[in-house]
Amino acid sequence: MIPREFEYHAPTTVADAIGLLDQLGDDAKLIAGGHSLLPMMKLRFAQPSHLVDLGRVPELKGIREEGGTIRIGAMTTEAELINSPLLQAKCPLLVEGAKLIADPQVRYKGTIGGDIAHGDPGNDHPALMLALQASFVLRSAAAERVVPAESFFHGTYDTELRAGEILTEIRIPVPAIGTGACYAKLKRKVGDFATAAAAVTLRMQGNKVQEAAIALTNVGATPLKATAAEDSLRGKALDDAAIAEAARLAMSICDPVQDQRGDVEYKTAMAGEMTQRAIRTAAARAAN
Amino acid sequence: MAAKQTVSFKLNGKPVDVVVEPRELLIHTLRERLAHTGPHIGCETSHCGACTVDLDRMSVKSCTVLTVQCQGADIVTIEGMEQGGALHALQEAFSEQHGLQCGYCTPGMVTRAYRLLQEIPDPTEEQIRMGMSGNLCRCTGYQNIVKAVQAAALKLAAAREAPRKAAAPAPAREETPTPA
Repeated sequence: MIPREFEYHAPTTVADAIGLLDQLGDDAKLIAGGHSLLPMMKLRFAQPSHLVDLGRVPELKGIREEGGTIRIGAMTTEAELINSPLLQAKCPLLVEGAKLIADPQVRYKGTIGGDIAHGDPGNDHPALMLALQASFVLRSAAAERVVPAESFFHGTYDTELRAGEILTEIRIPVPAIGTGACYAKLKRKVGDFATAAAAVTLRMQGNKVQEAAIALTNVGATPLKATAAEDSLRGKALDDAAIAEAARLAMSICDPVQDQRGDVEYKTAMAGEMTQRAIRTAAARAAN
Repeated sequence: MAAKQTVSFKLNGKPVDVVVEPRELLIHTLRERLAHTGPHIGCETSHCGACTVDLDRMSVKSCTVLTVQCQGADIVTIEGMEQGGALHALQEAFSEQHGLQCGYCTPGMVTRAYRLLQEIPDPTEEQIRMGMSGNLCRCTGYQNIVKAVQAAALKLAAAREAPRKAAAPAPAREETPTPA
């Protein structure tokens, strides 16, 4: 399988990449790690006339902490996330999530920015970003704007990114000390997308929930923030009934598409199960 | 037709130049232009790992990399594993531990394990299974592949100790490798 013909561009700065997008217009597509786009191009689901490769733009790489915020360059790979001492110490949820993405070879190439900007509800970073209250830096020739993850995902392959804009950086507020988190993902095999998955962060005070964030993968046209489930937990003792009620509320917003991974009922039930598991594990990891 | 581009990279230590269309995939350049047919084409959808090569110290699936993306890269394939006529410890171990049956996945398995053992020289069984999880084998059931990687790790550890004891570097082995 070979993609349709295209022209290849390898800019070395963000400014040059934006310049190419402005010049080439709708016929151009950005390529990050390429492990979603190239398979789509081989299957002719995507047929851009120009490919603008971000792989040689050093300013899009790296993980650092600045003023209580973790800043991750959009071209940082999954392998780099997994091996980051900063993330291991301060944002282990992202490390746990990245380890569950695809397989080792894909994780050397796949990037956090590509995973987010692709807009595929099967991708894992979108729900992780919702649970972590992340925001995204979108840069164009004219301006730079910062968009919260909650308003970035519009639909399947449809995001807040406008023509001529590049996602350059992911910003995550450093989770408060004592926060417990978990990404529970059900998949049929290594490399598969989630049948359903849940990302949860919890802050506990004694046995009561102080703060909760819950987001779901691959059970809707976008990643879903389960706000009613979050609200139901806040201020409550975390017992079996409270967890079951949160899972029920999470399931109530699921609208998955039936495919070879299961029918609507099964996927919805699995989203509930993943929510329960992620809440229990996050609670066990949280400081009281 | 999109203009062809000259791409220069190192293949198993030797500099090569190729002239390719932007859409050419690395696996095709390696197999069809450079006669390196060790990396195999399996699924063509970045699932099976048969086309795995080492690209700038990363294991990658060469069916999902464009050759034009490899300008200046350092690429190692299964052909680059043996040194001076002697098989790499991983190749010996796959042979000795019967880590293959039909052999189609083996170049990808060995090349992936090569990088895994650079990153984790003394892996646990779980680390091997996770680290090799991007490579599919339809024959062996994986048991002997795991054993082969474990055996290779021991061989490489012994080899790291050995040069300190030997006065001179070992001569290139002259006998042909023992068949599996």
